[in-house]
Amino acid sequence: MKATLILPLALLMGNAFSQEGKIALKDGPGKEKAQACLACHSVDYIPMNSRFLDKAGWTASVNKMINAFGAPIAKEDVDAIASYLAENYGKK
Amino acid sequence: MDRSRRRFSAAAGALAVLPFSRALAAPVGGTAELGFAEIPDGTLAEQGLFALPGKLPLIKKTFRPPNFETPIQYFRTPITQNRAFFVRYHLAAIPEVSAKDWALSVGGDSAERELKLTLAQMKKEFKAAQVTAVCQCSGNRRGLFEPHVAGVEWGVGAMGNAVWKGVRLKDVLAKAGVKAGALEVVFDGADHAPLEKTPDFVKSLPLEVAMDENTLIAFEMNGQPLPHWNGFPARLVVPGWTGTYWVKQLASVRVVAQPEKNFWMATAYRLPRGKFKTPTFQSQLYSPNEPITTMVVNSLITSLKSGQQLRRGQPLVVNGIAWDSGSGIAKVEVSTNGADWREAKLGKDLGRFSFREFSFSMPTRESGSHVVMARATSKAGETQVNELIHNPAGYHHNVIQRIYVEVV
Repeated sequence: MKATLILPLALLMGNAFSQEGKIALKDGPGKEKAQACLACHSVDYIPMNSRFLDKAGWTASVNKMINAFGAPIAKEDVDAIASYLAENYGKK
Repeated sequence: MDRSRRRFSAAAGALAVLPFSRALAAPVGGTAELGFAEIPDGTLAEQGLFALPGKLPLIKKTFRPPNFETPIQYFRTPITQNRAFFVRYHLAAIPEVSAKDWALSVGGDSAERELKLTLAQMKKEFKAAQVTAVCQCSGNRRGLFEPHVAGVEWGVGAMGNAVWKGVRLKDVLAKAGVKAGALEVVFDGADHAPLEKTPDFVKSLPLEVAMDENTLIAFEMNGQPLPHWNGFPARLVVPGWTGTYWVKQLASVRVVAQPEKNFWMATAYRLPRGKFKTPTFQSQLYSPNEPITTMVVNSLITSLKSGQQLRRGQPLVVNGIAWDSGSGIAKVEVSTNGADWREAKLGKDLGRFSFREFSFSMPTRESGSHVVMARATSKAGETQVNELIHNPAGYHHNVIQRIYVEVV
């Protein structure tokens, strides 16, 4: 009984949260590397924080994710990701 | 089992009502129309109404972890209904906790003994306690900051007021025994991060706040079990203190003799020292900043939108809610000309930690524009500010609203 109830619940939750998958990062150089952000949070965190950060602001955000939260992002990728975010979601 | 069934039907119901409604004509949850600075344009474009399982459609800020804001219409009553209550998580791994399997661990190096308490034991062994209190995210209204600061770009609805029922934390701590030298009480919930390296969300309170008779371990919210998204089966309720301390899905309570210095205490949720006249968290003063503690006095007009037109002769009605950290609301004043202030009528007193309703009405005899403002003053003598007190993390926004209405 329990199993039959849990399965449809999981499916329904899956449907509800699949809405997350409808939001995509903008196309542009660095997008592939920026996908690493999505290990811990949905894409919407990025457009939500736009457009008011410059490249220094996005660099600080990416470094916070690595240093405070342990994001699996290599140090050498920080600049490419910050450039992508500044270009597509940054202050103009 | 009961829990599964309840969650199943709640999920089905929510999805049937409104899975997602980004296709609405106008953006949802803007703050310019409320007489405030506008939230970032990217936020306004991204957010929309969405119903989490068991919840009404709320303003979706982020899906994972879920951050959902209560739309303004639910603040037209002093108690915020459970299905409309805001949702705020830092970490995306949020387990389904069953009431049957849940047990609270109590201990720590400054506790006399270790306890493991089931929900049934908690309810049987301790006297029931209840409080009506506002739970407000520290960063409520962060999106209104100018210049904008990074974070969850909340509008006005990262808050709610509920009747919380459970047991007093001090009774539970007394059962464990608090040793001399105890300094803080540390709380951990069942939620955690997808990555092991991410600091778990753990918060601490000064011992005297943990021992306050109003600090509860709550099982009920407005007469119902807590919703999953608001901390089922038990959460901490710290009346007057900002929501960051109200740990959801409470798993452990530890009494300690040293300050808790994890990321969420030592780095996050901090303010430049001395910038606000809120109480100081003494044992956490080991860096240039200090932890946020209690809420600042605030109010929200819920009856008007900026740009609204009123017909001459129609009354100008200014209704809303006001709250502070627990001294209670002394008065709410309304101005309709930017110069003179008149006292609004206060609604029923539901307790010093609760939203307090206010109402004001004046006839409109002449055509023209009005700037409508409301400012609350607490019984401690604190009044809302005219200008934003900017701080890096975007906390404590209590700037007076300025709504423009036109009488035609």
